[in-house]
Amino acid sequence: MGITLKYNVDGEDFTRAGEASGEIKKTLKKLGFPPETVRNVAIAVYEGEINMVIHADGGEITADLSEDEITVTLADKGPGIPDIDMAMKEGYSTAPENVRALGFGAGMGLPNIKKYSDGMDIESVVGQGTTIKLKFIPK
Amino acid sequence: MKVTEAVKLLEADVLCGDAGDVEICSACGSDMMSDVLAFVKEQACLLTGLVNPQVIRTAEMMDIKCVIFVRGKKPDEDILSLARAKDIVVLRTGMSMFSACGALYSGGLRGGKPA
Ligand SMILES: Nc1ncnc2c1ncn2[C@@H]1O[C@H](COP(=O)(O)OP(=O)(O)OP(=O)(O)O)[C@@H](O)[C@H]1O
Ligand SMILES: [Mg+2]
Repeated sequence: MGITLKYNVDGEDFTRAGEASGEIKKTLKKLGFPPETVRNVAIAVYEGEINMVIHADGGEITADLSEDEITVTLADKGPGIPDIDMAMKEGYSTAPENVRALGFGAGMGLPNIKKYSDGMDIESVVGQGTTIKLKFIPK
Repeated sequence: MKVTEAVKLLEADVLCGDAGDVEICSACGSDMMSDVLAFVKEQACLLTGLVNPQVIRTAEMMDIKCVIFVRGKKPDEDILSLARAKDIVVLRTGMSMFSACGALYSGGLRGGKPA
């Protein structure tokens, strides 16, 4: 197959967060990937997209699709994550009260991403941004 | 359980979608969307007191076909049109979260296991 999808995620508009994930989900479904794979990708990328909007003023999502592997890169130029091990812990969140009122900030996003993907690599530099690479093996 | 059955148990209004088409096998009640995203179960419905488009997005990603807003909360037209586009049935009940979950549980619906 060898298809690449690219989306800009607007950091200003919380109501539109999830559009890129929705598009990716629709495309995977149309291409005939297994339903469980489609859902795993959708959930993981959606958590990443929400993080970009609430923690990093938006960013860019790139998905590379082939029959035996899907890779997704979520890149932002936000504040970065000072302690990645801490950020990966269930329940750890720096989200302010206004984000919690929107239904996010439980500190479950990154652990969920790990759970739903078959490989997760985070690179983050404080003051420069964060890049998360995800791998999914269709099954 | 058919969504039409849930409508009766919850004395709910159907705000969009065709309740007769959808079958639900479990339920998840939460106002925190990333808690919901940690929960995987086939053919679940989502009960929430949170009203914003991300509720519909969360349902979309999880293949949840029915969203139930509790405590009489009224989603706006933007939320409903997103739900229509994603083929999600939206209900509204005047019941509290606790009572709505209780009514569905008594009607035979179960929570399902977390993934
Ligand atoms: N892209 C990012 N840029 C900067 N910080 C981030 C980014 N993603 C996550 N973080 C940091 O890691 C923490 C944990 O992220 P995680 O997604 O697990 O939880 P959350 O977003 O706070 O809450 P939830 O995902 O449950 O809504 C965040 O609170 C934030 O401090
Ligand atoms: Mg998050």
